[in-house]
Amino acid sequence: MRERFLTGYNDFVLPFVCGMLFVLGYCLVGLVRIIMQLPAEDRKKFFISLITPKTLLKNIKDIFLKCLIHVDIWKRNKLLGYMHSSIAFGWFMLIVVGHIEVFLYTSDLGAKALYYPIFFRYFVAETESTMKGALIFFLMDFFLLVVLSGIALAIIKRVRSRLFGMRRTTNPSFLDLIGQYSLWSIFPLRLLAESFTADISGGSFLTKSLNYVFTEFLSNHANMLPAWWAYSCALGIFFVVLPFTRYMHIPTEILLIPFRNAGIKIVNARKGFAKAQVYSCPSCGLCIDACPMGVLKGNIKDTTVYLNRQIRRNNEARIEEISDKCLLCGKCTAICPVGVEGDKLRIAQRSVRKYNFGSDYSNISASEEILRCNKFVNNNNTSVSNPDKERVLYFAGCMTALTPVIRKATESILSKAGTDYEIMDRDGGICCGRPMLMAGRFDQARQLIEKNTEIIMGSGADTLLLSCPICYKIFREHYALPGIRVIHHTEYFDELIRTGRLDVRKGGTRYVFHDPCELGRGCGVYDEPRNVISSAGELVEAAKNRKESICCGGSLGSLTLSFDKRKAMTENALANLTADSPDEIVTACPLCMTTFSRYADRPVTDIAQVLDKCSGPGRN
Amino acid sequence: MDFGFKLSPSSAINLDKVDTEKFAELHRAEPDVYKCMACGSCTSTCPANRFSGMSVRKVILGLQRGKEKEVIAMMKNCMLCGKCSMVCPRGINTRHLILSICRIYGEDMK
Repeated sequence: MRERFLTGYNDFVLPFVCGMLFVLGYCLVGLVRIIMQLPAEDRKKFFISLITPKTLLKNIKDIFLKCLIHVDIWKRNKLLGYMHSSIAFGWFMLIVVGHIEVFLYTSDLGAKALYYPIFFRYFVAETESTMKGALIFFLMDFFLLVVLSGIALAIIKRVRSRLFGMRRTTNPSFLDLIGQYSLWSIFPLRLLAESFTADISGGSFLTKSLNYVFTEFLSNHANMLPAWWAYSCALGIFFVVLPFTRYMHIPTEILLIPFRNAGIKIVNARKGFAKAQVYSCPSCGLCIDACPMGVLKGNIKDTTVYLNRQIRRNNEARIEEISDKCLLCGKCTAICPVGVEGDKLRIAQRSVRKYNFGSDYSNISASEEILRCNKFVNNNNTSVSNPDKERVLYFAGCMTALTPVIRKATESILSKAGTDYEIMDRDGGICCGRPMLMAGRFDQARQLIEKNTEIIMGSGADTLLLSCPICYKIFREHYALPGIRVIHHTEYFDELIRTGRLDVRKGGTRYVFHDPCELGRGCGVYDEPRNVISSAGELVEAAKNRKESICCGGSLGSLTLSFDKRKAMTENALANLTADSPDEIVTACPLCMTTFSRYADRPVTDIAQVLDKCSGPGRN
Repeated sequence: MDFGFKLSPSSAINLDKVDTEKFAELHRAEPDVYKCMACGSCTSTCPANRFSGMSVRKVILGLQRGKEKEVIAMMKNCMLCGKCSMVCPRGINTRHLILSICRIYGEDMK
């Protein structure tokens, strides 16, 4: 390659260079600000993770697989996955190969390094020796074609999103549209611009062919400059609007992945990690279809993608409305391809609310509560009477108090299995603290946690059995109970059956299992309840199950949704469950059971009832 | 539409000498507060009732009668578990009501 111009400069590079410098400066300032906003120990954790080889490798792998290849989207829908990875990976390869090309063929770059890799073909001419670059020319054209195919799919997706497995997509904001149109126009303009110079600086199957076919127009070098100007302007506009559009997710996600791998959690509602999450949202809209509130086209503007948009705009009224309405089922978090935690983000928004007074549980005496469940400890003594035997403390939970049938069935199973158990909240106990936590009132939740910890530790039990997944999640995540095994009744029943302590007769009833949000997505318990049901009858699956299970609509996560507004959600969830026409709907959450029972056309039971019906004492 | 008759506005006179300003504010935020028919379902399910006598029924009544101090003392033990909202036959979102009371009342008691 030889240089066509002595100066190696043309005015048309200016829009691109200005845009690029702006966006780089913006990202650098943003990066420093977000890191400074992290709490000191998180910041330390982050820096240490950056120099730990293991996390460093994981960072690189995650960034490659998530930001460039978009593996998570591939798993959802092949076409959607191809669209995203063709644009991201294709563009990335264009940049990489473009740089290789420049460094191979030019020396003494200087300031030209800013724009040469982008506009190389304009400034150079092909020489005899360039044939060695045929591979590079081919690669450049190939990846340009890949990106162009992705852009074509993106245009189709705007009109027919169902082809891509999406019923609804995000309504773009004004700036999003500008960014989108400039992004779409970058690559066709690049093709056009490079086609003009293909007979001078070389090209491959795409650019050169185009140059030959439209030789009248493309070989007229008077037309060349406007095309290169347009290409540069499209790039410049895209870069200038980028920080204010959804495309900000491109640089932010590269920061979010190391943050997440460093184990950082949301502390401040708007700063640091939360901010990184909000800006990482690509507005893809996958959460819109996932949201259980979206039935009958309702509440679409209250999904996570719009929460992120409103947080970026500091629209306080809407932020409050969106974050209070959410059921906190966590489905948007489970399916989000970039890992925005919609539920945790909302809880963080709730935690900044100001209240004039809060709860104070200092009047509740833990020692009095222990007296109600002190079966395992010796009289007048704190030592455990039977230290070698299994001692189960059963915490039924508030919701189970409304469905006593679950407690009865569980007790019956425990007696059949010969378990030595004690009930912690026979006449109503202290709440586990999860509802307070979901309302963002962390201090009060902390007080409840301390009270319950004192009672459990004082009871002398070695296993804490729960039949409510809401309690289960918080006991697992927020309680420090050394030496005590925390277990949900589905897991415990599975264990009883496996170890032969319970004898189960298999019946012919067809059961469908509803994965409660807090048990499935919240705690990752999917297989144990299915094992239990399979041993009791025939298990059929819902249309959407496991990670994608649909919230029953009764969740106490929502602060503002009244019960009459939830009917449509419950009916939608029921339709999903009864897709394979089961005889009975089985769940493992008292709240789901209550909610489904209201509108279901067939029996709704808890897994404990199912098992109790068809089990007897085991041989062991 | 003209039915030939209409609902006449309430002619009840509130003889309580209490400042109803805050309750009016609460009513603006939570219009459902007047839906309560004092059935007491909330009281019977409340886990905090055992500790502080908490009862949403009493809270609503007490606030209308200006018994803010007593109400706040009761509410101190609310755990926000939400059982009251699940059993309410009038469909009042009691959890949001409780949060609104925490926001509006008790400014001087902090």
